[in-house]
Amino acid sequence: MAAATYAEAQPTATAYSEPARRMTLNSWAVVVVFLPPALLLFTVFVFLPIAEAGWYGFFNWNGYGRPEKFIGLKNYGYLFGNPTFTRSLINNGIIIVFSLLVQLPLALAVAVMIAGRLVGAVWFRMIFFLPYVLADVAAGLIWHFMFDGDYGLVGAVTTAFGAPPYFLLADKTWAFSAVLIVVLWKYFGFHMMLYIAGLQGIDPALLEAAEMDGASPFQRFWHITLPLLGPMIRLSVFFSVIGALQLFDIIVPLTGGGPFETTNTMVSFLYFFGLTRMRIGFSSAVGVVLFIICVTFAFGYQRIVMRDD
Amino acid sequence: MTEAADAIRSSGRRPGGLAAIVTFAALVVLAGAVLFPVLATALNGFKDLSELRTNPFGLPHVWMWSNYWSILTGYRYWQVLGNSLLIALFTVALTLIVSSMAAFTFAHLRFFGDKFLLSYIQLGLLFPVATAIVPLFIKIRDLGLLDSYWGVILPQVAFSLAMSVLLIRNAFKQLPSELLDAAMMDGCGYFRYFIYVTLPLSGPILSTVAVISFVGSWNGYLLPLIVLNSESRYPWTLGLMAYQGQYMTSWQLVLAFITLTILPAIIMFLMAQRYIVAGLTAGAVKA
Repeated sequence: MAAATYAEAQPTATAYSEPARRMTLNSWAVVVVFLPPALLLFTVFVFLPIAEAGWYGFFNWNGYGRPEKFIGLKNYGYLFGNPTFTRSLINNGIIIVFSLLVQLPLALAVAVMIAGRLVGAVWFRMIFFLPYVLADVAAGLIWHFMFDGDYGLVGAVTTAFGAPPYFLLADKTWAFSAVLIVVLWKYFGFHMMLYIAGLQGIDPALLEAAEMDGASPFQRFWHITLPLLGPMIRLSVFFSVIGALQLFDIIVPLTGGGPFETTNTMVSFLYFFGLTRMRIGFSSAVGVVLFIICVTFAFGYQRIVMRDD
Repeated sequence: MTEAADAIRSSGRRPGGLAAIVTFAALVVLAGAVLFPVLATALNGFKDLSELRTNPFGLPHVWMWSNYWSILTGYRYWQVLGNSLLIALFTVALTLIVSSMAAFTFAHLRFFGDKFLLSYIQLGLLFPVATAIVPLFIKIRDLGLLDSYWGVILPQVAFSLAMSVLLIRNAFKQLPSELLDAAMMDGCGYFRYFIYVTLPLSGPILSTVAVISFVGSWNGYLLPLIVLNSESRYPWTLGLMAYQGQYMTSWQLVLAFITLTILPAIIMFLMAQRYIVAGLTAGAVKA
């Protein structure tokens, strides 16, 4: 900000846009020394791989030698003809819908409850945020135990009712709900924290004024809190969608994609069906699909939904 | 401090009312539900397998300290934690160095292509590491970095650059420009200005970036999974999965191992709660 104002105040005409200061030998030295490490790392490990994914996706390649068997768009054809992949795609969609309809409203409700000057608010915040700092792998494994039909919570419940043991994680109709529960458990605290930060930025005078004018608590929430929280909600929707699209770490320890490959996500599909079998072209195509979805969403969302934030 | 004060104030304030009690009760139930799996994991690590089956959620009748003890006295646990720590520390250090240097350049210098290069690096904000994981694997292999710590560290740094350069650059730009003017006037070059003025004044943003990259690296799974083959180099996330694979039928040992491996994160979180929460959320909000 400061640099920009400075530049505007100095209408020096050079070939470059808005020079804050004239480039000297010293400043060129900074550019030459400070920039290359970041550019190099980014190019080698981020930019090239994503570009290469686009290239490899056209080949039938097992990763050895150079990719030579050009097969055009066939990998993409295989992909969308593969019921396990379409199931993964749908699963990612289910996580997104579930996050938007269940996780974020819950996070918002809890944030509002805690923000209302409650005894022990600090403790509640800490407890709800705790799962977020634990690794997804550990979370997945903990819940694998919880859902175990012989030992865990589910086992205890069925035993208490004298019912035969029930293995949720082996039930191909319901196993994916286990993934949703873990996602909810692990991530709602993060979104709650975003909302709390947003709530703290709201001027209490607004709410008090509305209260004095006779607005009910619900009206105050609906007409004041919610609109003012808008930017934060849009942000948390963004994170929750991007997070849902790349979900992987929870799947492996929890279900491993099973039973009958009903609980894969795009990334776990990419891993189990592409990478571990060294089908490099095929799994690159999965990466490209994921990339297109992420970038389209990120661009579109930032242009359309977050343009005012 | 302020939060504690708030709690004290609030306890006297407000005519309690049914709504407040219901709210409080709901939160207690929810907190119990959130903590339950973690507590159950820790407690069940103290049982033997037969008790785990008959009494999965009570306190252990017999406390089997040996479950924990055997892990703590073994080599494996310390090795995976050590590997994770090593990878995370190098990732944090390299992220801070590389991104603060780049951020400094982007914050203060206008040169041909500066905007282009900044947008180039910020492309990284648009997609997660998983999208490029396959060619990344090939790249790491071709560079001869497979099964090495650097094969994990360098891509982790690279993928966090977009976010960290952006965060640090924004903070650098907010330092008063008079400082730079005065320093230049006194004949201080950019390099010395960076080291003696910019960095010392940027503690908060650097610690935010450090927290984000440390937690990301410590909890990372996908990248080490594709890069590392030797168990001796596994970070704890991979070590945990390997342990579970080996002791699949002994849940009590797996639970004890989970408890011990998540313990450092929990302790760190309890000790530096404010910084971690602020770092992880502020990072998300500011970028």
